[in-house]
Amino acid sequence: MAKSLKANSIRTATRKWCWLFLGPVVIAFIIGFVWPFIQGIWLSLCQFRIVSNAEFVGFDNYGKVFSDPQFVYSFWYTALTAVVSLVIINVLAFTVAYLLTQKIKGANLYRTVFFMPNLIGGIVLGYIWSMIFDGFLSAFQTSILTDTVWGFWGLIIVMCWQQIGYMMIIYIAGLNAVPGDMIEAAKIDGATKMQTLFKVTIPNVMPSFTICMFLSLTNGFKLFDQNLALTGGAPISGSPSIAHTQMLALTIYNTFYGQASNARGTAQAMAVIFFILVAGMGLAQLAYTRKREVQQ
Amino acid sequence: MSTKLSRRAFLGGAGLLSLSLAACGGNSGSESSDSGESSGSESTASGRVYWLNFKPEIDETLQSLAKTYSDSKGVSVKVFTAASGEYESTLTSEMDKPEPPTLFVIGNQAAVKSWGDFAIDLTGTKIAEEGSTDDFNLYDDQGRMVSQGYCYECFGIIANPDLVTKAGGDLDTIQGFDALKTLAEDIHSRASELGFDAFAPADMDDGNNWIYSGHLANIDYFYEAKADPDAWKECPPTITGDYLPNYKNLFDLVTNNAPVPPSELASGGHDPQTQFEDGKVAFMLQGSWTYDSVAAKIPEATMIPYYCGVDGEDKAGLNSGTENCWAVNSQVSEEDQNATIDFMVWLVTDPDASKELVAQLGSMPFINAQKGDNGFLNDAETLNAADCYTMDWDFNFQPNVNDYRAALVSALNTYDKDQNDANWEGVRTAFVQGWADQYQKANG
Repeated sequence: MAKSLKANSIRTATRKWCWLFLGPVVIAFIIGFVWPFIQGIWLSLCQFRIVSNAEFVGFDNYGKVFSDPQFVYSFWYTALTAVVSLVIINVLAFTVAYLLTQKIKGANLYRTVFFMPNLIGGIVLGYIWSMIFDGFLSAFQTSILTDTVWGFWGLIIVMCWQQIGYMMIIYIAGLNAVPGDMIEAAKIDGATKMQTLFKVTIPNVMPSFTICMFLSLTNGFKLFDQNLALTGGAPISGSPSIAHTQMLALTIYNTFYGQASNARGTAQAMAVIFFILVAGMGLAQLAYTRKREVQQ
Repeated sequence: MSTKLSRRAFLGGAGLLSLSLAACGGNSGSESSDSGESSGSESTASGRVYWLNFKPEIDETLQSLAKTYSDSKGVSVKVFTAASGEYESTLTSEMDKPEPPTLFVIGNQAAVKSWGDFAIDLTGTKIAEEGSTDDFNLYDDQGRMVSQGYCYECFGIIANPDLVTKAGGDLDTIQGFDALKTLAEDIHSRASELGFDAFAPADMDDGNNWIYSGHLANIDYFYEAKADPDAWKECPPTITGDYLPNYKNLFDLVTNNAPVPPSELASGGHDPQTQFEDGKVAFMLQGSWTYDSVAAKIPEATMIPYYCGVDGEDKAGLNSGTENCWAVNSQVSEEDQNATIDFMVWLVTDPDASKELVAQLGSMPFINAQKGDNGFLNDAETLNAADCYTMDWDFNFQPNVNDYRAALVSALNTYDKDQNDANWEGVRTAFVQGWADQYQKANG
């Protein structure tokens, strides 16, 4: 009886005071996310130069988005970059994590070293790597700015270099959580190392795969600063000109600062479409990989 | 294992991340500044002045002038300098604030289209009456004077006469492309013997490629405009590229007679001005804003026109114009507008203030402003006095300027990598067709 009374009074107090604790977070969430998001959608239906003088124009901006060849090109280019980087980052990150959870001397040092690139800002990374690439490519009288193929792989290398360490940490956490008795049982049952890896370890690490793949997919789609610093979209050619290494986020940015009177509204419409794409693809990928997780 | 909980929490976080992403599209970009801001003493006069400055190099002077004006007149003056290359995004962001800039820069026709509606018509104002020429003022379609040039500059080929003499040449005899080419190629072929080369070409990286995509490109625009002035009263929808071969003449001469092979220009890092000032090269393409630095090392340095093989170019002058044009915000109160105009008038009439500004800007086109001692601007005057034609800054018409130039630079990089006809066609496409495409995009 006394126990239930105590529980009741706690519930009442919680109900009474919860907004005191939730309030600041909710307000920050509304100011930082909900309101800009709603305003973003509203602006995608407007023509404006500055936000406070927006004029409603309906769905005109959305029509312009799909007739812009750069947007369509950038979409496919971004999708390709995101998928290729997703595969490479996750394969390498898992491999490194797997190796570093074996009994290797200096494993902690390696973990730190692999994680460190993640601490460097994207713009800095982009410029440093552009110098490295150009230093190497100058021997072949070319530059990362003049070669679409190098531009693509350059970006993939930079993304991998930056993100593998981060994903590695998540995989290490997952690998450490695989119950030792399962591995031992597999060993006793006569499973080879490869069988243990693919039949026991990986299924148990699927939650980490879910997270890492979601992160690398969305990171790939949203990539901006490395793209800006490394190639800035170059090479650019053709008529109408297409920036061959320009990803979606950079396309939106460049469109926003264009000269046309509706440039900003069009860029805003692109941003809304971009959000739907990224959210849709991210959630689809989550649903797919979650099905493959096993319950321990 | 707590993966379920963390994943759910993670999903929530991911949702937030995505939400913020779409919302981010409306952000106005960087507000970074190379300087802080200075407010004057407590305002006693009515109105306020807020100058969103375009030139980081004059920030220090402006901060000190703002303080002097505030102290003496009691008007609040704030100067905020946008970081280099960030003016458009800074302006977008500042204009949305409760106290937006009262004074900002509309420096070319593209900006007139974008920001003209935010500027008052300066015609007949006190500051317009102070102007000594209409050459640098910008007008919109309705003939409103939306901005007024507050300084002007010139650019061309800066030469080191001593080195030219050492190479057996004579600058006075160079009055056309052929003579320049002969001399430059001769110097380049004997570079190791002479100890210096002909040209220090600007790099193609973001901070320097405007030399080719803006200034040098002016060769074609200017001569097209000269041949058909009516078509160039405002931004033409298409250009012919008739003078592109002349652009190529000078581009090839500069990039092929230099210590650095053209293929290495894309990645940057060569610092042509230092090469020139150190006497490593006889020529470079630059403008009057480098005068102080150049003259400190090479006092006799002089500027000659862009000789490019056009008929009658012995009468060519320097490229003179400006992208520094004042616009007064139409969205602020009349009090603020008047306070701003009073401040502008003070800047160009007060002997001390205009002296300080002229020392930084080279020359100001106002009746009562102090005169400058910029040697390159004096070269421009000398050429004008000798009946040479001034090459106007028609590159100010470039439509969707960032995208247009980015495509041109990319095509030039490809050409630099392998200088063949097919790659030059790529340059032509970016130059001529790119203009039409970007015009369409900007106005369609």
